[in-house]
Amino acid sequence: MTATVLKTRIALLGGIYSNYLALGEALLDIKQLGVDAIYCLGDMGAFGPYPNRTFPLLRENNVLCLQGNYDDSIGNQLDDCQCGYTDPRDNHFAQISYDYTLANTSAENRRFLRGLPTEIRFELGALRVLLCHGSPRKTNEFLWESATSSHFLEYLADEHSSDATFATHTGVKWRRELSGGRQFVNVGVLGRPENDGRQCVWYTLLEWSAAAGLAITFRPLDYDFRRLAQEIRQEGLPEEFAQTVETGWWTTCLEILPGKERSQGKH
Amino acid sequence: MTSPAPSVPLSHLDDLWFQVGGTLCNLTCNHCFISCSPKNDSFGFLSLDDVKKRLLESVALGVREYYFTGGEPFLNREMVAILVETLKFGPATVLTNATVLKDEWLADLQAAYSKSRYSLEFRVSIDGFSPQTNDPIRGEGTFARAMGGVQKLVQHGFLPIITAARTWSDERELEVVQKFVAMLREAGYARPRLKILPTLQLGAEEQRSCGYHELDRVTPDMLADYDASLLVCEHSRIVTDRGVHVCPILIESADSLLGQSLAESGVSFPLSHGACFTCYQYGAICSNASSGRSRAKA
Repeated sequence: MTATVLKTRIALLGGIYSNYLALGEALLDIKQLGVDAIYCLGDMGAFGPYPNRTFPLLRENNVLCLQGNYDDSIGNQLDDCQCGYTDPRDNHFAQISYDYTLANTSAENRRFLRGLPTEIRFELGALRVLLCHGSPRKTNEFLWESATSSHFLEYLADEHSSDATFATHTGVKWRRELSGGRQFVNVGVLGRPENDGRQCVWYTLLEWSAAAGLAITFRPLDYDFRRLAQEIRQEGLPEEFAQTVETGWWTTCLEILPGKERSQGKH
Repeated sequence: MTSPAPSVPLSHLDDLWFQVGGTLCNLTCNHCFISCSPKNDSFGFLSLDDVKKRLLESVALGVREYYFTGGEPFLNREMVAILVETLKFGPATVLTNATVLKDEWLADLQAAYSKSRYSLEFRVSIDGFSPQTNDPIRGEGTFARAMGGVQKLVQHGFLPIITAARTWSDERELEVVQKFVAMLREAGYARPRLKILPTLQLGAEEQRSCGYHELDRVTPDMLADYDASLLVCEHSRIVTDRGVHVCPILIESADSLLGQSLAESGVSFPLSHGACFTCYQYGAICSNASSGRSRAKA
């Protein structure tokens, strides 16, 4: 990307969590829209079945990827996913998911994950764009909408010289405008629904032009969630994971949620 | 001790605490690490004006979230107004024994919370899943009174985080947690949130248990390959009526007072106390789970 570009459209994908079915639908949607680039902000594995099915889709569609905490762990064959959970039940399910994903990710794909960058920067005119996984300062930091003050986001933007910061990691999309036209965007995830009783997943479309500036659109995406649930069960992964994709309500990783986000869910 | 205590710099002021209830409490728990009681006025209340000044001061420093403790914060008559004001600035968490909560306060707080983009968390201290296990620690009748407070919070639409100090053996942890969850569900709290904390062998707890041994200290080599962001002093400070201290646990230690302004308090702090050892051992003992600070990994 150079300063001479006058307008662009970019797709930003959050955690895939081995949901290759949703990734496939997203790529079809993106193709129809027409974009100049596709980025994935990390966490290719977790929750879902058949982790190796994600990687050909990323390669064939030239998706430029960041390394999330899961990717660092799988790539380097660490003991756990570094997800940052503090609750024993959250960690129990995270470990099941992690052990399955590590055992079923090929050496070639692990090498790919190991070599990914932890941030990507580019400029759109004078706008400095920063893509990261959790936060600009820490890969596995959770930035929840209800637990993150605006002045903390201003601090991060100043400290990391960014006018538009994009992250994922929490699993829930959100956006906040900051001073001087800056902003922070959580792009959501393709991996699982948003704990709102809907089965769809989300990705983000960034559109920029020198004349109109930056526009952000969250795009909902329907996919074959029944098939995903069936495959989760076939692979012997926890029933709770299948229920999440079927119902749209999170059944695990609940204790990490701040009160406001927890209240919006069912469990 | 041959090694000097290692110093930990403040990487960024993420969490700003307020000793808003001073050391006054309507209860006299026998494990309280600052010996709060109805008669302990060594630290006083913070006023709404005190808190407002600090909130304004915190904006330029990029503070991420705010925590309120005591003593019992809700003995401070301005507590509701303080939380309402804080929710204009950022996420707020209040640590309470829930025995003095009033419906009209919670209605006002729910109204402010609904309008705010930020979370308002109540961390309710209950140290056993029954009167028989809780009351010997927190006082006669306190289990029933605290559970009454929990039910009020739930009725007003909050999801309180029940916080219990680990006064049982590690082997009993699973059983105790299960009994807590079952008790809370039976009381009408359908999806209970629970935070288990280590005890800190200070204040009243020093009398109850044995206090820290002189070898219970953090040494420089212990910080090698250690994620220092788990230490409270690495990302927090606390305001009391005396000034700004290093962390909520050590306010009674003279060396904990670091200055009068938040900016002045951003100095390194030596981990020279026994309580620093507990903080090191368990990590993130004061933070909410949503901060993602985890003892294991990372």
